[in-house]
This record gives sequence, C-alpha cells and structure tokens, in this order.
Amino acid sequence: MTEYAAAPVVAPTLARQSLFRRLLRNPVAVAALAFLAVVAVVAVVGRWIAPVDPTLSSLQLVVADPSAAHPLGGDSAGRDVLSRLLSATQISIAGALLALVVALLVGVVGGLIAGYYGGLLDTVSSWLTAIVMALPAIVVLLAARAALGPSIWVSMAIFGVLLSPAFFRLVHVSVRAVRDELYVDAARVAGLSDARIIGRHILGVVRAPIIIQSAVLLGIAIAVQSGLEFLGLGDQAVPTWGGMLNDGFAQIYRAPVLMLWPSLAIGLTSMALVLVANAARDELERSAPRPRARRRPAAVSDTRADRPATIVHPDDSRALVTDPDVLLRVRDLVVAYDREGGGSTQVVKGVDLDVRSGEVHGLIGESGSGKTQTAFAILGLLSSGGHIEAGSIEFAGDRLDEAGEGSYARVRGRRIAYVPQEPMSNLDPSFTIGSQLVEPLRVVLGLSRGEARSRALALLERVGIPDPAHAFAAYPHEISGGMAQRVLIAGAVSCDPELVIADEPTTALDVTVQAEVLDLLRDLQRERGMAVLIVTHNFGVVADLCDRVSVMQSGRIVESGPVDAIFDHPEHEYTCSLLGAILEDGDARKPLESHKEITR
Amino acid sequence: MTALLTIEDLVVSYPKKGFRAAPFRALKGVSLDIRPGETMGLVGESGSGKTTLGRAVLGLAPVESGSIRFDGREISGLSRRERRALSSDIQVVFQDPYSSLNPSMTIGSILSEPLSARGVSESDARGRVAELLDDVGLPSDAAQRRARDFSGGQRQRIAIARALALEPRLVVCDEPVSALDLTTQARVLDLFIEIQERTGVAYLFISHDLSVVRHVSHRVAVMYHGEIVEVGNGDQVTARPVHPYTQRLFMAAPVPHPRRQEVRRVERRRLIDAQRTPSETTSAAAL
Repeated sequence: MTEYAAAPVVAPTLARQSLFRRLLRNPVAVAALAFLAVVAVVAVVGRWIAPVDPTLSSLQLVVADPSAAHPLGGDSAGRDVLSRLLSATQISIAGALLALVVALLVGVVGGLIAGYYGGLLDTVSSWLTAIVMALPAIVVLLAARAALGPSIWVSMAIFGVLLSPAFFRLVHVSVRAVRDELYVDAARVAGLSDARIIGRHILGVVRAPIIIQSAVLLGIAIAVQSGLEFLGLGDQAVPTWGGMLNDGFAQIYRAPVLMLWPSLAIGLTSMALVLVANAARDELERSAPRPRARRRPAAVSDTRADRPATIVHPDDSRALVTDPDVLLRVRDLVVAYDREGGGSTQVVKGVDLDVRSGEVHGLIGESGSGKTQTAFAILGLLSSGGHIEAGSIEFAGDRLDEAGEGSYARVRGRRIAYVPQEPMSNLDPSFTIGSQLVEPLRVVLGLSRGEARSRALALLERVGIPDPAHAFAAYPHEISGGMAQRVLIAGAVSCDPELVIADEPTTALDVTVQAEVLDLLRDLQRERGMAVLIVTHNFGVVADLCDRVSVMQSGRIVESGPVDAIFDHPEHEYTCSLLGAILEDGDARKPLESHKEITR
Repeated sequence: MTALLTIEDLVVSYPKKGFRAAPFRALKGVSLDIRPGETMGLVGESGSGKTTLGRAVLGLAPVESGSIRFDGREISGLSRRERRALSSDIQVVFQDPYSSLNPSMTIGSILSEPLSARGVSESDARGRVAELLDDVGLPSDAAQRRARDFSGGQRQRIAIARALALEPRLVVCDEPVSALDLTTQARVLDLFIEIQERTGVAYLFISHDLSVVRHVSHRVAVMYHGEIVEVGNGDQVTARPVHPYTQRLFMAAPVPHPRRQEVRRVERRRLIDAQRTPSETTSAAAL
C-alpha cells in the first residue's frame, strides 16, 4: 500500500540490455575487455606468429639484449623471449581455462542439483564442499605433482576441483532462494520437467553471478598456475608464464628485464579479469535499467485554480458533535520523490486536509493514491528522496513543514503518535516488549524506571493483553501479530498524544483480530479524546471507526465529508466506483444447478 | 452428481526444525468434494490450513494420510512423472501476482511454456497465446512484454491465462484477488466467473475474505485450525452461519456502511458474550 510507483497502465517496454552491452558503457571495463581480447587472440594464434621456435636454443642469444631480430632479447638458455612469451600465453590460458571448466562442471551442476532437490543429497554435497574448502590448495597440488608427475593439465584439473566450492556455494544459495518462488511452483504445476525448470527458471537467475565469479577465478587460476611453475614444479618442456618467471628470477642480477615480461603478462591479465568482474557486478547491482530522465520540467505544482475542486459535503449532526477546533491543517500539500537521473515525481499533488480535535478522520484510496505519503509527510517521515515541495502542514498552530528535525522530535511521539501497518517489522526483534515501551516513557515523560514499568504494564492491560507481565518480558517473535499491534497501539498512546496517525493498522491482521483492534482503537479514542487520522483502503474499517472521510485518487482528495454523507450520497465518480466495487452487499452465488452442469 | 475432486480424511504434516521435534500438523483430517463446473470457496484465517489444502491438491504439500481422488483416481503421492501428466487437468493461480511470474521471461514465453512442454508446435502455441490473452482481456502485444510492465491486476490476468492454457478441469485459486485494489478485485472476480461459465472449469477458491468467497462460490467450506468446521451453500454459510467460529468470522467483518456497521458491532459483542457462556464449551475451547 505504500508503493507509489505502481503504474496502472502498460508502460513502454524498456529494451532489456544485456550485461555485455551495459559493460561497454563503462570505460574501465572497455579497457580491460580490450586487453583480454588481445590476450585471447595471442593465446589462439601466438604459436604461429612467434618469429622463432620457442624451444630453439642459440648460444649467441644467452641473456642477449634486445635487438632488431629479437625485440625482447634471449633468456638464460638462449631462447627468443618474444616467441616464448607468445607461445606461453596459449598454454597458461589453456591451463587456467581447464581449471575453470572443471570448477564450473563440478560446482554449478552440483549446486543446481543439491539446491533444487535438497534432502540427503544436499547435506552430503555440502559436507564434501566444506571438506574441499578446508584443504590447502597448494599442499594438495604439491602432493599431486609428487604422485602424478609434472603435468600442467593434471594439476590444473585438480585445482579446478579445489575451486569448485566457490561455484557450488554461489549456485546453491541462489537456487535455494529461487526454488521456493511461486513461479517455480507454477512451472511444476504446469507440467514442466525438472530439467526444464532448472534450465529455464533457475539457471537464468544464477547466470550473471556465475560469469562474474568465473572472471575472478580465472585470474586466481592463472596466478596459482604461475606460482607452481615459478617454484619449478611445472613441466619444463613447455613454455609458460610461470616458467619464464622462474628463469628470469634465476637471472635477476644478470638480466633483470627477463622478469618484466612474464610479470606483466600475469599481472595485467589477472587485473583485467578482476576489473571486468567488478564492473559487471556494479552494473548488475544497478538492478533496474536506468530510467530515462523525462524532459518535462519537474516540480511546478499546479496552482489552486488549475486543480479539479474537491467535493466537500456539509457537516451533519454526527460530525458537528466533534470539537470544531482544527488540530491539524494541511494546505496545498505537494510531496515529490527525486528520480534517478534528475527531476522528480509528484506523488501527492496538492492536498487540503483538516483533522479536528477528537475526531476520527479516514483517508481512503487505492494503492498509489498517495494516502500513505500524505501521512508520512505529516509525520515528517518521508523515505529518502522524498520531500515536501509545496504547501503547509499546521499542527495546533505550529508549522510542521518548516520545522527542523529538532522541533519534530518534540512533536512526534509526544503529541503525534503513529501506528504502523506491519506490527512485526515495527518492533525491534532484539529487545523485549517491555523495554521498547519503557524507553519512550522515560525519555519523553521523564519517568523513573519503576514508574515507567508500572505505567507500561497498565497500558498493556488496557490494550487487552491477557498476561501483561508475561508480554512485558517477551520478545516480539514470541507474540502473535494481533498482540504486536496491540503493543504498538499501547506504545502510541503511552505519551497521551493529541493525534494518532494510523497507517492501515489492521490490514495485516485476520478479520477476527481486526475487529478486536478496531474496538480497541475506538475505545481508546473515546477515552482519551484524541484525534485519529486513519489511512486505509477498506470501507468496512472506515464505516466502523470514522467520523469524517476523505477519498484520495492519484495524489488528490476528490471528495471529503462526514462519513454518512460519503456512504449515502457520494458525488464524485471515483467515490461511486469504489463504493460500487464493494462485494458485501451483493447476492451470494446460487448453488450449482444440476441441469446446468457442463458435461465435458 | 459425481464429484470431480474428492478429498477424504486428509492429513498433512510439516517437519519442524530441531532434532526429533514433533511435526506440525497443518491439516487434521479434512474431507471435501468439488463437482465439475463448481466453485468451492475455502475460507479461513491465517494458519488455518487453507493454503496447505490447495497445495496438497496441487501435489506441492507432503500428504501423510488420507486420499485425494481426481475423477475417481487417487492423485496423492504420485511420482513427479505421473504428476506432470495431471497438469493438463489441475492448474493454479497464486496470490502474489508479483512473484508468480518469472521476471526475466516475456509473457509470451510464460504462457507458451506449458504448451511446448506437451509438444505443441511453436506456431500453434503462438496462436493459442493470442487466444488466451484475448480471453483474459489483455492486448495481444502483451506477449512481447515482461511482467514488470504490468500492474497487479494485469499480472493476475496473465496468471489466469497461464492456468487456462492447458484447458484444465480444476483450478486451485489461492487468494487470487487479495493483493489487488477494490475495483480491480471486482473485475478479476467477474473474469473468473465468466471463464467458468464459458468453459465449465471447477475452482477451489481460497480466500480469507467472506465477501469475496460469497461472490464467486457455489458452495463454501470454512477452515479453522486445520479442520473444516462448516460446509454448505454459499448463501447459507456466508449469511446464516451455524458453527460458532463461522459466526464470529461473519460478525467480525465490518460492513461498509456506518449505521449498519454500528448494528453489526452490537450483534458481534452479543454473540461473543453468548459464546463465552459455559453451555458453549466447544467454542470457548476454540477461542
């Protein structure tokens, strides 16, 4: 109900841009991708464009300086460094890719299956993953080298298995989250096979994170592989970046430049992979495509004359009983939210609202009508990006819209209280009910601990909690939703406010509980003579509680008046359509007649 | 009149967290039948087991004992493969139109998915999708869009179209209108009725709202704490309930009219006081 952006009409389809296209707009990602493209090309064709055979030794070339024929000089065994670098790229990259493919196969397939089916399979594979993660990779690789010989392919395949938990855990967590989504249930009911559900509904969710993780792991694989070769544990017969690094390190005093080329290759490639992964993650976190900024000059509120007039019904006998003093006077209120990329969207477009002392005023409307935003603006609790653009809010003679946080703090909780829609999310789960009631009493009313405690217990009893002492010591998760709402109402009235703003106070509750909470609100209101502004979409709640009603539609109040007048003589077309949509008055459907039964 | 769906003495338990914890019994022996072309309304408050009953019919809840027979054939405890074969007969519309449609798929592929899973050719499926969109009152170009382009009411229409794609004989509707605004709710309910009158599909219509159930249901069953406490014709159960719990439920729903609600409030107080007297021990225990 607090959503203000729900578009009732079909919005123009936003072209879904692929992750790759979005990356191309990020300069760092473009540079990194370009470098990786060069590495990829060299990896494929490097062996053939190498000017000299990389394994050919020549005595003249031993630690030779760069020359025209050998631009990067020669290494300690007299081989051409450029040719070795070009051919080494292929083997180093292929080794890293092998590790990645093995990790993907083991991790992604395992994660999908374990996550989707759950049960024993899940438990066993999670244990195995934990064990693999606990193994020190380098030690395992050294042992494998000792047992199986110095093959880069064997060691990279084993390393792939060691990397697989990274994928397993990522996929597993995502699949567990998606598995219980209703659309997966719907697909099962629609008769799709498990393989199809995994392929279409689940793999799509984990695809992007897998790509990002792959880039990071590829960098790690290159680094670890180079590390092994550098230690001299690799296959000396094939040129690799790590092997070249090893050779250069041995000659570091004679020809320090020999270390530079493989270091650059390893460092830049790993860096580029991480940068691409980071940029991709940043793009994905910007979950929705960036909305295109509209040209329309924002935030010029309509003048009063332009606005369609609110239909105001005259007071009747019931409405006149209430105190004629206007406690809360809202004039011309415009609330707007900043849009990403400049401009703002008006959600409340010029609202006039009077709440008199001791009256119950209902603000009714459908989702997106701006009723909750109006209430939040009065409370000074608009969420980030929201602001009062125009108009005034006057509470007992004080301007609230111009008040800073400091003066709001003197009003909120003491003179204006708030009852929220979701009772559970408005109680802090880590504190007892008692401490959450006592705290404001001590701060606001300056009561001692003992006084506050006895007052809180009296309040809990007043709001109809059967065992106040037990509830006082309980944590929020130990009580039901209806009880939680009673606690919040107790908290709201604890400091004797003049106005209570209740935002859909019974929407989250069952009907039988709703009836009790409505009774409680009514009794407390009569007892204390407070004014109540109740935001709701339910005409039953309005009929039960309110003296006066304002009907909101797309940011404006279209009709306002005493409750009887609104129900008996609605004038605005929208009010009529709302009242017409109520089902209570309609006839029940007749039982199915046997002769009308359809034979199929 | 033979029943399309017969549920007998159904018990569903969910395991509780914790070592050797006693399982939670969501359904404690529920019996119910639905005839072809009939809407059976199922009312209850949160935790009453009404959603579990729907999920059990769909094969999404663990049945401990009892039977669910569809068209005379036992369907509880079917294998996944047998269950898939049943998908053309029993379909579902869920409550939340936001999470029941895959956000990354186009409406066209969401609707054609159940068709292509049964081997309908792509061009036939496309034609059927256009037909379905038309049936639920959506423009045909909706097939190329994604769920986020649609409002709650429109999304629910898409979910209805998906349920109808295979021409089922029973649709389980789990609170299909409770996330919708009042005016949208009325239109979607009328769509449900219109489709039923045209195709003869039966509904198991789950809702917490008596007035919604009253509007669409031929018969109504009331659930309370995992049991069905009252079953009968819609008008009887929703206007002149017999069971004390149904009476409380009926009285608790506020009438959308100030003066009549005042009367209802007094009646409700009287009813609750009456039910508290010792003679009504059963209902007092239920309180």
